[in-house]
Amino acid sequence: MTDTLRLERVRRFINTLQQSRALGLTVEDADENHLILCLPYSDHIIGNPETGVIHGGAITTMMDTASGSVMICALPEFELCPTLDLRVDYMRAAEPHKPVYARAEAYRVTSNIIFTRCEAYQEEGKPVAQCVGTFMRIGKEATPKSYRDLITGGEA
Amino acid sequence: MTTAEVLRYTQETGDFSRMLNDIPYAGFIGLQCERFGDDLIFRLPRKDSNIGNPILPAIHGGVIGGFMELSAAIYLMMSQEVLRMPRIVDFSLDYLRAGLDRETYAECRLTRQGNRVANVMITAWQKSRNEPIATARAHFLLED
Repeated sequence: MTDTLRLERVRRFINTLQQSRALGLTVEDADENHLILCLPYSDHIIGNPETGVIHGGAITTMMDTASGSVMICALPEFELCPTLDLRVDYMRAAEPHKPVYARAEAYRVTSNIIFTRCEAYQEEGKPVAQCVGTFMRIGKEATPKSYRDLITGGEA
Repeated sequence: MTTAEVLRYTQETGDFSRMLNDIPYAGFIGLQCERFGDDLIFRLPRKDSNIGNPILPAIHGGVIGGFMELSAAIYLMMSQEVLRMPRIVDFSLDYLRAGLDRETYAECRLTRQGNRVANVMITAWQKSRNEPIATARAHFLLED
């Protein structure tokens, strides 16, 4: 699978999630084990109106989405993998009026579980948050074929 | 109204509308809160834009996390005598069941309150309190 194909699959998948659309999440980059998403700044996700800092929940949602989509890059066929757990560390407040990026990695893929890690940042080397997660593989048959075809574009 | 005034008003009246109006993210996901005696129950009414699994359909796991995280922060603010802004340090979340496209509830428990750090447990459920959809644990730094 080429990186362009991976990027297209993730883009199609994320566009079927209403919450991701509401946040305006975009796919920036994808390769075999990595995925980068972007969360644009917007007023409606502010958590602290005095500072304009966005709420951690929006960052958690982006990191969950990135970690839950990175398997699209890592697996040859599309399968939905529900989140088992997430552990999020918030290192610093995200600076207002700037986008936040999430770089996710599937660092171990087994037949049952996918182990992920993800870093949220605005500038390289200055992490806003970090997250490790586990996702369960329930098999591609658990996802209707019509939906799988929608994501893969009918290929593979 | 300052944040301290809003907190006092909410503590005195049990009316969360002003506090929630001041937090845009609360409106974004649709978080509500009600007080029953000393207990707070947080509510997340069903909302199309919170969906993260179009097949089931189910609420986005991140929204469930954000709902629980914000519930814990509000719960902590309400439990303090004077205004101390809780800043989240870390958050550990276990998903137990799919959060279906319906109303979700959450309650919080202060496990330990130190001078600067508080540890809060959060449970979220839908149909029955005995069947939680997620449990979480969070550390907050309390700033004067």
